[in-house]
Amino acid sequence: MDSLLLLEQTLNGLTLGVMLFLMAAGLTLIFGVMDVINLAHGSLYMLGAFAGATVTARTGSFALGVLAGVAASALIALLLELTLIRRLYARDHLDQVLVTYAVILIANESVKIVWGPQPIFLGTPEALAGSVEIIPGVPYPAYRLAIIGAGILAAAFLWWLIARTRLGMLIRAGTTHRAIVQALGVNIQVLFALVFAIGGALAGLAGMMAGPLLAVQVGMGEQILILTFVVVVVGGLGSVRGAMAGALLVGLVDTLSRAVLPTVLRGMMEPSAADQVAANLGAVAVYLLMALILAIRPQGLFPRHA
Amino acid sequence: MTLTRRSMLAASAAVPLTGLAAPALAQTGPIRIGMITTLSGPGAALGNDIRDGFNLVVKNASGRLGGLPVEVVIADDGLRPENGRAIAERMVRRDRIQVLTGIVFSNVMLAVAPVVLPAATYISANAGPSQLAGEGCNANYFNVAWQNDNLHEAVGQYVTQQNKQRAYILAPNYPAGRDALTGFKRFFKGEVIAEQYTRLDQLDYAAELAAIRNANPEAVYIFLPGGLGINFIKQYAAAGLRGRVPLYGPGFSFDQDVLPAVGEDALGCFNSSQWALDLPVPANRQFVDTFEREYGRLPSLYASQGYDAALLIGSAIAATRGRVGDRAAFAAALKRADFQSVRGQFRFGNNNHPIQTIYMREVVKDERGRIVNRTIGTAFQDHQDAYASQCKLA
Repeated sequence: MDSLLLLEQTLNGLTLGVMLFLMAAGLTLIFGVMDVINLAHGSLYMLGAFAGATVTARTGSFALGVLAGVAASALIALLLELTLIRRLYARDHLDQVLVTYAVILIANESVKIVWGPQPIFLGTPEALAGSVEIIPGVPYPAYRLAIIGAGILAAAFLWWLIARTRLGMLIRAGTTHRAIVQALGVNIQVLFALVFAIGGALAGLAGMMAGPLLAVQVGMGEQILILTFVVVVVGGLGSVRGAMAGALLVGLVDTLSRAVLPTVLRGMMEPSAADQVAANLGAVAVYLLMALILAIRPQGLFPRHA
Repeated sequence: MTLTRRSMLAASAAVPLTGLAAPALAQTGPIRIGMITTLSGPGAALGNDIRDGFNLVVKNASGRLGGLPVEVVIADDGLRPENGRAIAERMVRRDRIQVLTGIVFSNVMLAVAPVVLPAATYISANAGPSQLAGEGCNANYFNVAWQNDNLHEAVGQYVTQQNKQRAYILAPNYPAGRDALTGFKRFFKGEVIAEQYTRLDQLDYAAELAAIRNANPEAVYIFLPGGLGINFIKQYAAAGLRGRVPLYGPGFSFDQDVLPAVGEDALGCFNSSQWALDLPVPANRQFVDTFEREYGRLPSLYASQGYDAALLIGSAIAATRGRVGDRAAFAAALKRADFQSVRGQFRFGNNNHPIQTIYMREVVKDERGRIVNRTIGTAFQDHQDAYASQCKLA
């Protein structure tokens, strides 16, 4: 494999990593601050894509669609926190898993009732439909670069929010010293509701950004949720920095294993066997990575309380 | 995981409906037809279309098939073989339903067949696993759609006819995916430069697309059902490959269940099907018109298969005057295939699978701006599956 192709595949890995980061950041933020495992994060991702696709179809503006997707997911997340999640803080993680799993089922059926079982359309915005030759001789899809851009913006926003604002200070304090924060008179309920809504907004953004490349359909949230959990576990539960590192690592390993393994193995055995072994190895590469990291660093790359 | 609960609920919800009519009354009440299909989860759109196509025939005839009142008992298998099997046991053993149809996926079909076939007649409107076409064929099992390999074989044949020498082929790493590529290779005479197996839950195809651009093939063949296909086709266009390397696939990745969601990214892709929206057959015009009026969307090949299944069952009900319990007579009536199929010519081979024409279609934009398929030629005429000779049925 020549070096330009390898460079392109590395870029592909980074794009996938950034997409995963958008998902993982919200999930890990909610876990880190609120100690809540939210399986319904994928449902918020799906709702963002459906709401955004609908608004884009009505108005013809992708930007308005992104705003609508983010707003819809944030709003639904807020409603979820106020009616349901709020009652789960004192409960066991298993209870949280059970309840948010129920939310997945309800969300999927609700979306099917409103939009029907068929996948719906969300196209690449006109301005980003072309390609850019950032590697000489290799046209790279402009939209994938836009995803990287959105991921960097989201990461910068989160850094600013957590490191530079009063809200961020409370979030950090709430993560490590919840009782003290409460004793100092901070309304922890409002703080948690806000954090949950921010997590929802990130999921909605991820759903909307993924829409032009992926099928916008019922159940799309569960497909990406599994990889997202791998990212969060690899990065360290509750750490946004860990989510970034974990997402990029998972994206790179996933893409490069699929890109490099068939070529390498074809040099070692007969082609049909090589294709089969490459497919099987590529399918588990990410999980091997997770097992390896858990063996070396059981808390993940950037543990929350380090 | 996500499917179990919901499907069990759906399945148990179907019980009171089917349980009401006592078996002894079955002869005097409407003829009951059991429809086990996939109505939840990622495959829901397919089962939805089969059901709607089937129901359309019943509705057009005011609740009758073959002139006699019927009751279609519908249950959701949630794409889980064990659910399908449990539903089938209930329908066949307790409710004494003698005619069943509707299963979308081959893994469900293979789990259900041993329960249904000893006691009832099954008419498949989609799933066509090779196990039921060759040595394991059955006098009480009919497939009115195709044998699983057929549409893949057709593209292999067509790409060869187009004189394309180097093909890059790709499918998910599971039994149906490997069968699909085997079917393609059975009739493709050029060189397969790469046979790539992807994950069944794959979202991003950037790595494969870069490899395809680098390999510069003359044709790319994919079998990626449902959402996988949508992901791939969108990303194929985004990577600038559409228009440079022609993309081929079976009709499953390019029909009305996915085309509205993919949009212009699918334009110019070639695919195979035993049916097409624009087939100039009177029965087809009536089907497409009434389907669109009834449901407000265009039918897919799955809907056409559900519709044909209902027509076929109706023809056999008429021929046996509703005595569906006389299985030998009912099967003989089915085998005559005495109905106006929406695809025109249709007959059964010795193994109760179709002998039929497979068309090639191109995705185009019609005069109303909709993304649809236009028939561009035929890959096979009177095509029979590769397993028929292993079947002992006459």
